[in-house]
Amino acid sequence: MATQLVKGNTAVVIGALYAGCDSFFGYPITPASEILHEAAKLFPPAGRRMVQAESEEAAINMVYGAATTGRRTMTASSGPGISLKQEGVSYLSGAQLPAVIVDVMRAGPGLGNIGPEQGDYNQVVKGGGHGNYRTIVLAPASVQEMCDFTIKAFELAHKWRMVAYVLADGVLGQMIEPLRFPETSVAPETDPSWAVDGTAATRPNVVTSIFLDFDELETFNHELQAKYAAVAAAEQDSESNRLDDADVALVAYGISARIAQGAVDAARKEGFKVGLFRPKTLFPFPQDALNAFVDRGGKQLICVEMSNGQMRDDVKLAIDCRCPVHLVCRLGGNLVAQDEILAKIRATAKKA
Amino acid sequence: MEKVIETRGLYKTFPRKGGSAQTATHYCPGCEHGVLHKLIGEALADLELQDRAVVISPVGCAVFAYYYFDTGNVQVAHGRAAAVGTGISRTKHDAVVVSYQGDGDLASIGLNETMQAANRGEKLAVFFINNTVYGMTGGQMAPTTLVGEKTVTSPAGRDPLQTGYPLHMAELISQLQAPVFIARTSFSNMAKLKQARQAIRQALEIQRDGKGYAFVEVLMACPTNQKMNVEAATRFVAEQMETEFPLGILRDRSAETPPIVRAESDYRKETLDRLLRLDVDHAPDAQPDPAAPTVKVKMAGFGGQGVLSMGVILARAACGAGKFTSWYPSYGPEQRGGTANCGVVISGQPVGTPMVAEADVLVAMNRPSLEKFAGETKPGGLLLYAAEIGEFAAPAGVRTLAVPALDLAKEGGNPRAANVAMVGVLAALGDFGLPEAAYRAALAANFAGQNKVVAQNEAVFALARQWGERHRA
Ligand SMILES: Cc1ncc(C[n+]2csc(CCOP(=O)(O)OP(=O)(O)O)c2C)c(N)n1
Ligand code: SF4
Repeated sequence: MATQLVKGNTAVVIGALYAGCDSFFGYPITPASEILHEAAKLFPPAGRRMVQAESEEAAINMVYGAATTGRRTMTASSGPGISLKQEGVSYLSGAQLPAVIVDVMRAGPGLGNIGPEQGDYNQVVKGGGHGNYRTIVLAPASVQEMCDFTIKAFELAHKWRMVAYVLADGVLGQMIEPLRFPETSVAPETDPSWAVDGTAATRPNVVTSIFLDFDELETFNHELQAKYAAVAAAEQDSESNRLDDADVALVAYGISARIAQGAVDAARKEGFKVGLFRPKTLFPFPQDALNAFVDRGGKQLICVEMSNGQMRDDVKLAIDCRCPVHLVCRLGGNLVAQDEILAKIRATAKKA
Repeated sequence: MEKVIETRGLYKTFPRKGGSAQTATHYCPGCEHGVLHKLIGEALADLELQDRAVVISPVGCAVFAYYYFDTGNVQVAHGRAAAVGTGISRTKHDAVVVSYQGDGDLASIGLNETMQAANRGEKLAVFFINNTVYGMTGGQMAPTTLVGEKTVTSPAGRDPLQTGYPLHMAELISQLQAPVFIARTSFSNMAKLKQARQAIRQALEIQRDGKGYAFVEVLMACPTNQKMNVEAATRFVAEQMETEFPLGILRDRSAETPPIVRAESDYRKETLDRLLRLDVDHAPDAQPDPAAPTVKVKMAGFGGQGVLSMGVILARAACGAGKFTSWYPSYGPEQRGGTANCGVVISGQPVGTPMVAEADVLVAMNRPSLEKFAGETKPGGLLLYAAEIGEFAAPAGVRTLAVPALDLAKEGGNPRAANVAMVGVLAALGDFGLPEAAYRAALAANFAGQNKVVAQNEAVFALARQWGERHRA
């Protein structure tokens, strides 16, 4: 094992290389650009392909082409670019192609600014493009997870033939931390049962998202929903901290979770029975573990996010509104401050 | 005319189409899409490319091209064929990638993808069907619609003052350096059909040989939307379209163009470890040490004073010593505004938030930073500032020192290393618990490859450290 001090965006590229990603297609945008820079530096010497596309639309369609061949492929961007990619994500989902997309979120809407935010939750976790599709969404909270979750995203994308996102934010992209390097590298193989890669074996195959017949398309949609249900049953992932005896759980992902952890520790010192629930997957949302908290007598939830309650909506759905769900949020590029969370805890929780 | 071409390279029947008439195409009677399909299929078969071929069905009347071509098939979004083709051919070097696109698809919604793929010289054979209208959606005006031509969206005829002039795609692409082959063809008589057949074959030979981008524009009518019978359609192509869009080979560099050779993916871990310099740059994995304090450092100054790299050096030293650490910068416009700052956290446990709101240690390299952040330094903390800033009233309870960082840097031989000098003073006065060797290794790694600078910085660091020792409380 070996550790290096690495930037979050660089860790994504390291993960991609060890995961056997064949190609990277991207377009510059702060705060995700270093992923493109590092891919430009590191992909070609490993024989991997990197193309700076003319736009995010082109980049996601290059991904569509590369994914068609059954190889591992990816793109990365931030909010405005993710908006442009949505057409391609819908087509990838309709054609059941595996691909990885990294979103290093910045503040919106519109051009907004380049500060960190989590305002892409809806467009990434809930679909964003047209049609009844879902994407797998992993939410890293450290440089280590930027790498590890990129690797996991490739595994899940190919396991389920779905788009898998790594949903990060400006802080995670820009910060530097020690990274434990992957212990293995992957040499992936094309699945000739569905891929189209210019070989005799795959010549009979077609990659398409068209079903002219209404009933056929309905059936296909139901098959997709069944797959998403299977993903929801199999792939939920979360982390709980000091929840065992807690009345109140903070719910936060990404960098907000690390800030929330600080608030939990401070509140515990003041005698509040509070803990942290951190989703590591946003689709599927880790509702089983969250429900276990409510079942066990957990009384209230406080969502901490850098968006206007976009994740809170999923939290409410996950627990079927069985307990009050509060919100502490900052927007516009601002991080939630630990004191803001503490104030909410003091107003909400009871002392032990 | 279709009858004269044997059907090869296409499926014999079209089960993907469904329904009962599994040998008839979905195209309208009299439409020349069928002719073009046969010519492409025939060439793919003759050149023995069907196993290697991936045909891209666009959005437009040819959206179901995958019903017909006995090759690998992929259907794509409106206008994006060139980008998808780029993805395929970059990934599979010996694939023969064929895109088949109408004028709405290629010249309107996909114009950017079209031009950029051509300009990159992607390995693609692009067949461009110019029929002057959007066929599938009901005959709307296309970028290629002739001046005066009536369509449902130019009911009075295309008025160039309102909607411009027909776009000449073959000529436009001829402005680019990379394309290997560019031709415009039609099927308006037998001689022209033969020329078209030859151009199509050549475009595919270029793919067989992996030489790059080939573009063949094919003029045809849309009998259905233009409400023409076959004779009228042929006359329209021969008399009006060919006048506006002259036929011919606009470029043929196939003979002198060498094949494009691209590397194959290397998945070996050894390759990646070497590429990432793991052999020379590696630290021990961080070990939890609950007794070690958590120290939060804020560093700030003008852009160009090396503030961000000062933080990286400190974090690197911590990482090298097996500590948990994080570094988080101000980024983007904030930097452009002339100031930069970063926060470094060093701890014996996994770092919580990497943001430093209240610092145990502040290093300020200019007055605005000093004034901005001094108040956020914790009582009992340490404040170092560049001596040039001048007089400054120390915040209550904070040990405050003016450090002659610039002088120390000059003395050590590198006037640009005031940031390194600050690290030296921090090594002496900060409560990080890092061994001397960790700092030296961090300095060496940070300036790897610049041996002279590394030597100078070592000297600066040593002098600054001594200065720091002399100023221990
Ligand atoms: C994003 C998007 N916009 C619009 C459409 C609707 N649409 C389908 S075919 C088509 C026109 C295609 O025209 P052209 O490329 O000239 O091909 P033709 O039908 O003439 O063969 C349009 C606009 C679509 N499918 N997708
Ligand atoms: S609509 Fe026009 S272009 Fe399309 S198949 Fe019919 S005749 Fe051909």
